[in-house]
Amino acid sequence: MRAVHERLGATMTEFAGWLMPLRYGSETAEHNAVRSAAALFDLSHMGEIAVTGPGADAALDYAVCGWPSALAPGRARYTMLCAPDGGILDDLVVYRQAADRFLVVANAANTAVVLGELRERCAGAVVQDETEVTGLIAIQGPNAPGVLSRVTDLPLDGLRYYAGAYGTVGGCPAWVARTGYTGEDGFEIFCAAGDTERVWTTLAEAGRAGDRDGAALPAAGLAARDTLRLEAGMPLYGNELGPDVTPYEAGLGRVVRLDKPGDFVGRAALAARAAEGPRRTLIGLVARSRRVPRHGYAVLSGSGEVGVVTSGAPSPTLGAPIAMAYVRTGATGPFGIDVRGKTEPADMTELPFYDRRKQR
Amino acid sequence: MSVPAELRYTEEHEWVAIDDDTASVGITDYAAGQLGDVVYVSLPSVGAAVTAGDPCGEVESTKSVSDLYSPVDGEVVEINEELNDDPGLVNAEPYGAGWMFRVRLQAGPGGETELPPGLLTPAEYEELTKSAG
Repeated sequence: MRAVHERLGATMTEFAGWLMPLRYGSETAEHNAVRSAAALFDLSHMGEIAVTGPGADAALDYAVCGWPSALAPGRARYTMLCAPDGGILDDLVVYRQAADRFLVVANAANTAVVLGELRERCAGAVVQDETEVTGLIAIQGPNAPGVLSRVTDLPLDGLRYYAGAYGTVGGCPAWVARTGYTGEDGFEIFCAAGDTERVWTTLAEAGRAGDRDGAALPAAGLAARDTLRLEAGMPLYGNELGPDVTPYEAGLGRVVRLDKPGDFVGRAALAARAAEGPRRTLIGLVARSRRVPRHGYAVLSGSGEVGVVTSGAPSPTLGAPIAMAYVRTGATGPFGIDVRGKTEPADMTELPFYDRRKQR
Repeated sequence: MSVPAELRYTEEHEWVAIDDDTASVGITDYAAGQLGDVVYVSLPSVGAAVTAGDPCGEVESTKSVSDLYSPVDGEVVEINEELNDDPGLVNAEPYGAGWMFRVRLQAGPGGETELPPGLLTPAEYEELTKSAG
């Protein structure tokens, strides 16, 4: 895929040992294309780990804090791999591809950790790293179903959000899932690594065919992916999530299924954290000035520091800088952000910053 | 990446164009490309004194913020107000409509204006960007 990206003029960046496209032209244009039309992403750096066998469901129930065995085949769930102390080792999407096969998608930087933990925790199941043999192309945006429907044999109307099915794309066998990390409708297409370029090219051509200008389906890079997920209030491991953060602090307590039967790694610690309530809370901030809050900047209230910015960027959709930040639970505004020595006022807002169901 | 021959450059990726006693300043095509989409430029005020090599503003892009350094000594006589509404001009036309500020150069003891030492020629600047990868 590297040659494809370079032909498209991509600025490449090293990310978790992978050379990935950061942007092709203007990352703002790529962002806006996803919000208003659709765009293609190469996400081959993501980790894919298969957990298979008759004991796979019970093994995963013990390994992660969600409830994979309750998933029907063809369904997916966002979940987390927690340490025994309740800290987050990675956030994952788990697809139940068949009764005895789960596909666990991990962050590129955490794939080795997730693989190691799953191998240790999943006694009674086969755990295999499929990252190198799997390609992942995402098509995201309101036009994604229209474009994909031209080149797949799957009836997409029947494919709900967080569902997936085996089919073909451009004639290549693929697992097609209605998932993403942009806050828009769209699909993630897992294929054989050797088919990645063909899937990409097939979709790019299908996008062009639907638009006389030929710009209906641009490629988008990691820079646009980051601003899209931030607007959608989705956490990024290493920013909002980490081993010193519990799901409750991240506002994701719903992913911890204390109601599932049996023990799982982190259960005791997480139950205690659920009972005591989080010490800090993830909030959204919209800056009033045009200076952008960045990762690590202090959040101020009154005369004191009450938290820290985890992610910040200029929001193309809102037209203002936005940030997610951890603040002491109960801290009240008005908030300011220490932007390199000068306090810039910011308004607390509910997450997400952007919700497509409310915009249309 | 373009490096116009008639300009001088700094190691911090500003360009400077001298016209009589006035220097126009912006950031290079290379810098704009590295930053990605520029979303906000904070410029010095008209009338402010600037010193070569000292920060006098900020350039915010999607991913990062960079200090803007003055390549010359003098007094700011004009700033590009259009960047306030359209900071993307820095990406689109870094050497044209994306200019940032103009400085009246300080006259030396004999009344002549002198450029500070250390400004780079186009060839030297191109070399710098190549070694930066």
